[in-house]
Amino acid sequence: MDYVLAAVLGFAGGAVGGLLGVGGGILFVPALTIFLGEGQLHAEATSLLAIVPVALAGAWRQSSYGNVRLRDGALVGALSPLGVLAGVLISNAVPERALELGFAALLLVVAFQLARRVLGASRRSQRRSRPPR
Amino acid sequence: MSRRRLLILAAIATAAGAFSGLFGVGGGTVIVPLLIFWLGYEEREATGTSLASIFIIAALAAAGQGIEGNVDVLKGVLIGVPAIAGVVAGTALQQRVPQRSVSLLFAVLLVAVAVQLIVP
Repeated sequence: MDYVLAAVLGFAGGAVGGLLGVGGGILFVPALTIFLGEGQLHAEATSLLAIVPVALAGAWRQSSYGNVRLRDGALVGALSPLGVLAGVLISNAVPERALELGFAALLLVVAFQLARRVLGASRRSQRRSRPPR
Repeated sequence: MSRRRLLILAAIATAAGAFSGLFGVGGGTVIVPLLIFWLGYEEREATGTSLASIFIIAALAAAGQGIEGNVDVLKGVLIGVPAIAGVVAGTALQQRVPQRSVSLLFAVLLVAVAVQLIVP
């Protein structure tokens, strides 16, 4: 039963990823900790592996809709290793409880950000036309 | 490409990479809003381009965590395979649905998961 729930949460994570342009890790990590018995660090590491094919499939679908600027996307990916390295080293040095609290804080920040974006969207669309390329 | 634009992309890349390595997420939570706010992207373009970046970032971060011995491949597959179907459905849905209601629902979900993480 737990495996089914984990798979369902995986599907939901992918759907959220497609809808909002994130990898889905925000749901993969709780799926792994709650239903598959992983600690926070191993859940985050395993989540990253699951994100790889999800992001590839999502980018492929979005590019068929004409929504991918490949040069910018590739540059952001190619220029990320320094940040990734710092993040991975820190995550292996810090206690898991701190990671849990940090992850919770990240979720709250993102939630606030999303709500603000939605609430600001109507005002923004009123005062600006299509942004320059 | 101007030097300024390249610097902005590099800043987004470093922030997203650090978040990815730290929190086991793809970095899209950083990339999407920054593409919109700093480079004037529209929402669908930002989410599509973000996924392309995440593919590279997550592959690098997963390799790093794999070297540290923290990756469980079998459980990754169990989550990842249904998630591929999910992302195809999600991107299809995104082309038809106004994002505002979806974003608000997502915000509520995030708060719920955050509370669950904070309560030991």
